[in-house]
Amino acid sequence: MAKGATASRTRSTRATGAGPGEPEMVQLLTPDGKRIETAQDPYGTEYTVDFTDEEYRGLYRDMVVIRKLDAEAEALQRQGELGIWASLRGQEAAQVGSGRALRPQDMAFPTYREHGVLYCRGIDPIMPLGLFRGVDQGGWDPREFNFHMYTIVIGAQTLHATGYAMGIAKDGKVGSDDGEAVIVYFGDGATSQGDVNESFVWSSVFQAPIVFFCQNNQYAISEPIERQTRIPLYQRAAGFGFRGIRVDGNDVLACYAVTRAALDNARRGQGPTLIEAYTYRMGAHTTSDDPTRYRLPTELEEWQARDPISRMRTFLADRKLADDDFFAGVDEEAKAAAQNLRERVLAMPDPDPLTLFDHVYPGGSPELDAQREQFAAYLASFEGSGH
Amino acid sequence: MAIENLTLGKALNLGLRKAMERDSKVLIMGEDVGKLGGVFRITDGLQKDFGEERVIDTPLAESGIVGTAVGLALRGYRPVCEIQFDGFVYPAYDQIVAQVAKMHYRSGGRVRLPIVIRIPYGGGIGAVEHHSESPEGYFVHTAGLKVVTCATPSDAYWMIQQAIASDDPIIFLEPKRRYWEKGDVETSGDLSSVYPLHASRVARPGTDATVLAYGPMVRVALDAATAAEEDGRSLEVIDLRTLSPMDLGPVYESVRRTGRCVVVHEAPLTLGVGAEIAARVTEECFYSLEAPVLRVAGFDTPYPAARLEEDYLPDLDRVLDAVDRSFGW
Repeated sequence: MAKGATASRTRSTRATGAGPGEPEMVQLLTPDGKRIETAQDPYGTEYTVDFTDEEYRGLYRDMVVIRKLDAEAEALQRQGELGIWASLRGQEAAQVGSGRALRPQDMAFPTYREHGVLYCRGIDPIMPLGLFRGVDQGGWDPREFNFHMYTIVIGAQTLHATGYAMGIAKDGKVGSDDGEAVIVYFGDGATSQGDVNESFVWSSVFQAPIVFFCQNNQYAISEPIERQTRIPLYQRAAGFGFRGIRVDGNDVLACYAVTRAALDNARRGQGPTLIEAYTYRMGAHTTSDDPTRYRLPTELEEWQARDPISRMRTFLADRKLADDDFFAGVDEEAKAAAQNLRERVLAMPDPDPLTLFDHVYPGGSPELDAQREQFAAYLASFEGSGH
Repeated sequence: MAIENLTLGKALNLGLRKAMERDSKVLIMGEDVGKLGGVFRITDGLQKDFGEERVIDTPLAESGIVGTAVGLALRGYRPVCEIQFDGFVYPAYDQIVAQVAKMHYRSGGRVRLPIVIRIPYGGGIGAVEHHSESPEGYFVHTAGLKVVTCATPSDAYWMIQQAIASDDPIIFLEPKRRYWEKGDVETSGDLSSVYPLHASRVARPGTDATVLAYGPMVRVALDAATAAEEDGRSLEVIDLRTLSPMDLGPVYESVRRTGRCVVVHEAPLTLGVGAEIAARVTEECFYSLEAPVLRVAGFDTPYPAARLEEDYLPDLDRVLDAVDRSFGW
């Protein structure tokens, strides 16, 4: 993404991308694939994107591949190869748009559903599968990828991200165009958590270089957004003293533009932004969930008409930016990636029992050493017994 | 040699100062730790000398203190968090037990969080509720945390520095009622050669019964030993110092000699540190014991109103009563 978004600060009362009576929402690509040249947020900031043809096609390719990988992981769970899977289906634009908006030096803090952002960071999609298969706890070195480990406790990572952003400021890495910034992901349900609200307070009073990226996918497992809030979520930011912007979360272009601008504001020292990506969880919360118990099929149909991938495909086709060969090629590429993922998941070995004692403490523990030794002797007592 | 006579609080203050001088990545963060110097003045003067970037007055949110400390540690800092009082640590409980304690484990050893969480704990200061609790059990029970507590100014001075230098996340419990008690501190020397952080220590040698205590109860145990001497009983007092991991080697050695063991703590009896010690001593010293391991602890009640705390807190007489019961078995 060489060129990317441009945002300029102009004052205007006009808001684009919002229907009558709806809160203002930044949109650059309509559900039927029509390109809106510029859109404004409530603060009058104007957004557009200036992608090359190849970059437009790249965004489409990313979304198709991660949807396919997601479907493959779901299938692996259904076949007993994963313990659980949290699908991102429907949220591809929010994740690819924001994920591609990150600059290499930026740090991302995900929930457990940011498989698309992970992919955009150039990380092997096999990496989090160990967590869902149960062969490890999903551990990697966050600094190696500038992508923190998945966090399962809802909202806890927002404080980690805020502290990390404070550290960036302490290191003197804010205040210029090549500064660093943090993005932290969370959902609509998380906005009710104390940690999220504390992170809003902290990042505001310390002017931390952070972007809060809330994917409002309308449901916290079974609970609709109305159980979390009586106002649009992005409006919460005002009470904490920073900008809140709602973006069409199924519009990859708008998600990119708004996130890129917010990250650049943060790295330049202008403090936090809350982005509410208005989207929809097309699948279940996880493979353990049954959404037919709490939502109507008609609702899903409505949102399928706003699908993030199909609108991008329409746009590419209408503008003659891609032809059938391209679309078929992407499908093939996605299929191959999914097949590759499947093969490697099946090849994941179960860990050695004694590794459960590893890495509890950086400095070790004599007590734990004794427990490991005892358990090793216990296991060894079965050797040669035929069990 | 540089021996100074310091209060335990001042020793902590000087220890923190040393740690900040030693490593520029050390940060202090908490409520009122800056200009005020903390409600107990443990961080007195540090913001003035090290600046607001390193001694941070935080918003009033304990989960925020610990949660942002995680992020700062991920960034390469070594945060020292002050929780103002024991009873206020619970809002940070999730961040401590679900995040701080587990990060190294679930990262497969790739992420270290060298965070120290200082908690003034225990009663005896006539405070209102939530200001006198002993929450060590919660943290000892959590894998991934180390838990230590100091009983003397000398230990306060050195242990806080050792805790900050350690890459393990450490709950550092400070016996608040002892903040004003004085003792000699040898302030010269270096961290690698002083007494180890995760080691218990015989505070007073004896031959007839072993009394185990930590933090604020070490003084009580020592006073009991002095009183017992008048009755012709020689009590060996061991200051546990480290509650996770425990260092019970010296305890086993002692109990094998004395045959009797009494554990003292302020925290409630049930599932307290004393229960774990009783189990382990019984396993290790079964044939040496003349009596069961006895516990002198707080009762299984909420910490009571200030005018009742002398009844709640283990004191010299309750320790001696337990010693009597051990001998009478």
